[in-house]
Amino acid sequence: MDDTSRRTAMKLGGATLGAAAFARSIAPLTEWVPTLSSEEFLQKHYKELSREEMETVLRRVEAMTLEEYGAEVTVQDIRPMDGVQFGYALNLSTCVGCRKCAEACHNENNHDRSTNQSYIRVLEMTKGSVSLDLSSVEYDHAVPAEDKYYMPVQCHQCDNAPCVTACPIEATWKEADGIVVVDYDWCIGCRYCEAACPYHARRFNFTKPEIPAEEINPDQAYLSNRIRPVGVVEKCTFCLHRTRVGRLPACLEACPAGSRVFGNLLDPKSEIRWIIENTRVFVLKEDVGTQPRFFYFFDS
Amino acid sequence: MDPSSTPKAASPSLARHAITYPRFLWKALGVATDGGVPFYLWMTVLTAVFLVGMNAWSHQIVNGMGVTNLTDHVSWGIYIGNFTYMEGIAAGAVMMVIPAFLYRDRKMYDVVIIGQILAIAAIIATLAFVVVDLGRIDRSWHLIPGIGRFNWPISMLSWDVVVLNGYLLLNLHVVGYMLYSRFQNREPTRAFYLPFVIFTIIWTIFTLSVCAFLYTGLGGRPYWNNAILGPRFIISSFVTGPAFLVLALQIIRRTTRFHVGDAPINTLIKVLRVTVLANLFMVMHEVFAELYTGTAHGASAQYLYFGLHGHDALVPWIWTAMAFNAIAALLLLFTNERTHLLRIDVACVLLLIGIWIEKAMALIIPAFVPSTLHEIVEYLPNALEWKVSLGLFALGLMIFTLGVKLAVAVFTGEMKAEGAPR
Repeated sequence: MDDTSRRTAMKLGGATLGAAAFARSIAPLTEWVPTLSSEEFLQKHYKELSREEMETVLRRVEAMTLEEYGAEVTVQDIRPMDGVQFGYALNLSTCVGCRKCAEACHNENNHDRSTNQSYIRVLEMTKGSVSLDLSSVEYDHAVPAEDKYYMPVQCHQCDNAPCVTACPIEATWKEADGIVVVDYDWCIGCRYCEAACPYHARRFNFTKPEIPAEEINPDQAYLSNRIRPVGVVEKCTFCLHRTRVGRLPACLEACPAGSRVFGNLLDPKSEIRWIIENTRVFVLKEDVGTQPRFFYFFDS
Repeated sequence: MDPSSTPKAASPSLARHAITYPRFLWKALGVATDGGVPFYLWMTVLTAVFLVGMNAWSHQIVNGMGVTNLTDHVSWGIYIGNFTYMEGIAAGAVMMVIPAFLYRDRKMYDVVIIGQILAIAAIIATLAFVVVDLGRIDRSWHLIPGIGRFNWPISMLSWDVVVLNGYLLLNLHVVGYMLYSRFQNREPTRAFYLPFVIFTIIWTIFTLSVCAFLYTGLGGRPYWNNAILGPRFIISSFVTGPAFLVLALQIIRRTTRFHVGDAPINTLIKVLRVTVLANLFMVMHEVFAELYTGTAHGASAQYLYFGLHGHDALVPWIWTAMAFNAIAALLLLFTNERTHLLRIDVACVLLLIGIWIEKAMALIIPAFVPSTLHEIVEYLPNALEWKVSLGLFALGLMIFTLGVKLAVAVFTGEMKAEGAPR
């Protein structure tokens, strides 16, 4: 055997060994591949799905929820209503910081149980200051505390939304009624939107959400509270599966202090319009130019 | 046409390329994988590290990003940090292209190909760091323009995808064309490479700027939303690129028959002397602006340099970086490279580590601490993230090694087309 062919043989041997080692190193993927379905892989963007295709997708999501979570649910594709622009206002004078809103969000939106996830964070603020630096979300005592006031923060559904601008693949956008939504089946999980949001309103599914079947809210929508896949970003949708059919957001219904007001900004007789026109209103971080649809106000 | 660029041999017909080019690729595979014991040892170690990284990444895909230390508070960590660092290295290679082609430095011209190969290897690693950061790798096709829904020109991230891939293609073209011409022992036709080289220089600055805009374009993160981030990123890339090349050229000189004179190395050292100081100068301005006034916008810098409300995970890192960069600057300023090249080498190693800390840890993480609602959740990468990161560094080094081996074989005439004129 001459030197050249021995060298070639050794190279081939090395390449074979390398390929085998490579296969071994990515062996964990054999667990992952069966969880992928070709329909899901090839699924088009929300805005490109025809009505029939959407039906197929919705039934598939329902079937998957039954298979993976053991719960029978209804997933609908609920579109915006004509002549509606949603707005939300929160009364800082009356909020007591009980965090019932965050809990209601947790249940309504089928959040992961172990992380106690919610789209709402309630900040305990120090009276005499509007500085977030002096706030705390980790408070663990009876509320309301002396010298404190409370400021729940959730997605502000900004008209100039940095998250929508950031997304490289249009997986998140602003709907006709002002709600910013995510196509959970289109998001690639780069989390640029999470970095872009000035309100810490976005959440990433670091693990597959776990919820006992009996705790799953079966009233679901494709763009809102259906159980999210692992590896994608999610956010508050003003409970669009409720609000687009005339109901109120879960956080509002749960508020014992009546601090929350939700409605159609285009309706001159709505309570939200009255508040914006007649009370002392502000938006959080007005200086970052996001033009929120979430307003804070004080009693006159 | 410039008479000096008249080809030594007549251009082969297109049909001949159909035979010559595959032969070029086949031989390239041969020489790139051929070497002595140290070469095989080096490649085996890199392969092993790479495979450990691939294994860790596989676990991340199967179990979700929850296996990392990332949180909703610090949603970007060491992967995006390394992405930024590697992009800097890739772009820093242009510091060989500028002297070679803009200043017609003939001595640099002979080794400029090494810089371009570094650009290719580093860009591939850069792109790989974005890929491992994705929560849904199975959906990455959504990023392909025309097939997915590419949010261009609105999203800065979509711009980044364009400029990085463009940079990769430009360098692949120039390197591939140069090597192929040399393989046939023909003088390269200027029209086929010079416009691309000039374009690469412009594209490099553009690429670095777009990468900086990823961060400076976010109004909700005051630590990033400042004008000096971009220039600092560019300057530090002109530190790491040349620093790596100074070391790489010496290794190539010692281990191969490729001729590397002192002149290109000395030019790079001259570049380093300027960029190292410029970088420290910008650090001073940034630190002053962030901290002197004591505004809430300086909270991230406060956290980074001194700790905030008792949280100080990054403090030892950043002071290590500062010390390394300062020592390196002194070494570079007060060393005669003709007599004490080793001290320059030490400076280069210190700079590669110091700027790594600056970019991978200190540029990304503090932007998330405190969070936008001023909560403090700290982050340091865990073992899995380190494994994936080291694996991708190894991948970059492997590509660089193979590329250099190929270039050396072609340039020394060890690999040439059959019947090519001498």
